[in-house]
Order: sequence, then C-alpha cells, then structure tokens
Amino acid sequence: MFELYALLIFMIIAAIVAVEIKDLLSSIVAVGAVGLGLSVAFLILKAPDLAITQLVVEILSLIILIRATIKRDITPVNGQKELLNAIIVLLFIGGFLFFAYLALKDLPSFGHPIMRVSKTYLVEGLKKTGATNLVGSVILDFRAYDTLGEATILFTAVIGVLVVLRRVGRKGVGEEVKEDEEYED
Amino acid sequence: MKTEEPGMSLIVKTITRLTVGLILLYGIYIVTHGHLSPGGGFAGGVIIALSFIHLMLAFGKELALKKLNQSLSSLFEGFGAIMFLTIALIGFVGGYFFLNFISKGKPFNLFSAGIIPLCNIAICFKVGAGLFAVFVALTLLRMNGKKG
Repeated sequence: MFELYALLIFMIIAAIVAVEIKDLLSSIVAVGAVGLGLSVAFLILKAPDLAITQLVVEILSLIILIRATIKRDITPVNGQKELLNAIIVLLFIGGFLFFAYLALKDLPSFGHPIMRVSKTYLVEGLKKTGATNLVGSVILDFRAYDTLGEATILFTAVIGVLVVLRRVGRKGVGEEVKEDEEYED
Repeated sequence: MKTEEPGMSLIVKTITRLTVGLILLYGIYIVTHGHLSPGGGFAGGVIIALSFIHLMLAFGKELALKKLNQSLSSLFEGFGAIMFLTIALIGFVGGYFFLNFISKGKPFNLFSAGIIPLCNIAICFKVGAGLFAVFVALTLLRMNGKKG
C-alpha cells in the first residue's frame, strides 16, 4: 500500500500545481500528470480495464486541450485572491472533511464488499455470459442498461459539439444577422 | 501556406508512418478481445480515434480528412449507436432487453460470449468516430478563428 499512498501524494501535489501555476500550458501538463498517476493507481489496485481507459482518455483530452483550445485564447491568470474567499473556502473544506470522516468510517474495509451481488457476478459471471473478462460481462451483459445510457450521453454530446461548431450554415465574416447580435468567433 | 508542406517535420512524419498502423492494429485487438482480456469497446475506440488524430497532427488535416472525413465519421457514429440498440432490441424479441441470444461458446475462444463482442464493436464505432469528429470540429474551428 506504500506505493499507492506515494502516488496519491504525488497526485495531490500535481493538482495543487495545476491550480496555482500562472502558465496555462504548464497547468495542462500538471493535469496530465494527475491523470497518469490515477492510471498507475488503478493498475496497482488491479483494475487494468480502468487503467487502459483512463490512460487513453487522458491522452485524448490532453491533445484536445493543447491543440484545440490553448492556442486560441491564452487567458493570463492573474488576480488578487481575497481573504474572505479563502476563509470561506477553508470553512467549507473543514466541514466536508468532518462529515466525510463521519460517513467514511462506516464503509467496509478495502477488498471486503458488503453487497452480495458482486460475489454472485464473480461466481456465476463466466457460466452465465461466457466472457472471461468479468468487467466486460458486467458492463455489456448484467449492466448493459448503464452502457446504453452512457452511449446515449456520448452521442448527445457529440451531436451538440457538431451542431455548435458546424461550418455549413454559419454566418460569414462580414455578414449581418437579422435578429440579435450573434457571437462571432 | 502553399510554399511549405502541411504538418510537422520529416522526423515526425517518418515515425508516424511506421507507428500509426501499429496503433490502429492495437486498437482493433483491444476491441475484438474485449471479452477475453482487459480493454473493451470504449478503450479500443479511443485508441483507434487516437491513431487518426496522430495522422492528423503529423501530416496536416488534408490527409487525415481524406481517409476519414467528417460526414463519414458522423455516419459511423450513428451506425454504431443503431447497431448497439438493434442488438438490444433483437434480444427483446426473444424475452428481455439485452438478452444474450447467441450461443456462449467455449470460454477463452475468440468467438464466444454471445453478443458481448458485437456490442464491443458497436461501441468502438461509436466512440472512435464520435471523438474523432469532436477533435476535427474543434481544430477546424480554431483554423477558422485564426483566418477571420
């Protein structure tokens, strides 16, 4: 468990760096470090499916962040932090930690789930679905409704992006729009 | 823009020419063995999308869009979604939603586990084409913005 705690501390430091640093590109690199640490943490906790997915999604989002956004609007992050805001944030963090301590005390210890359904999946998953990858058998057979919902969410998100960023039917550079003022980019 | 070639330098292009096929093949492996080993439709689809993005970053947008243009990727995404839903609905005919209507086969075989490999392939189409379309849309918007 030592390597896991080392990874967690590394991720927390990287997240603080990502929030506090002034340069936007360095901030994105720090976010990528958090994602890489999370991927290795999944690997240590013996969840290779999650590790693969986390790694590839992290790479993709990093490329999109760097390539598609950072060259467009480089917003310099500067501004004074006010004392009152810091105090309120600290109060909320303290309250969250207090109630989280109360709530997380009753969780079952690591590796001992209280739900019986997971044991049923482990015992009968291979027999009922024929898939040797039990994660695959859960997400595509026992819990396929969830996967359908996720697929619908992704479909809607992609359609939304393609509609907002479309080229056909967009207003030209010098063209005027009849109704309200449209955002020009 | 006419005078210089689009894309990155010669070293990047040569390495890309060597590796992009391997990345695509690895994505297909992850998808088709999703019911046997770690991985599955989502991760494999993202790897396939990343291989096309790799091509686009190295060679510029013309070559990548010649291989998979935006309307084609939208078509693939819709095809994946409809395929996934169709598999679910065919099961509904035989009893309930997402019924595993194909025979299970022997474990550890490539053709086993009924509908799970088919669902993996459908999700791979959906995720890969969808994420590539999002990337292309964001990048083209950036180019438009620079011009205007």
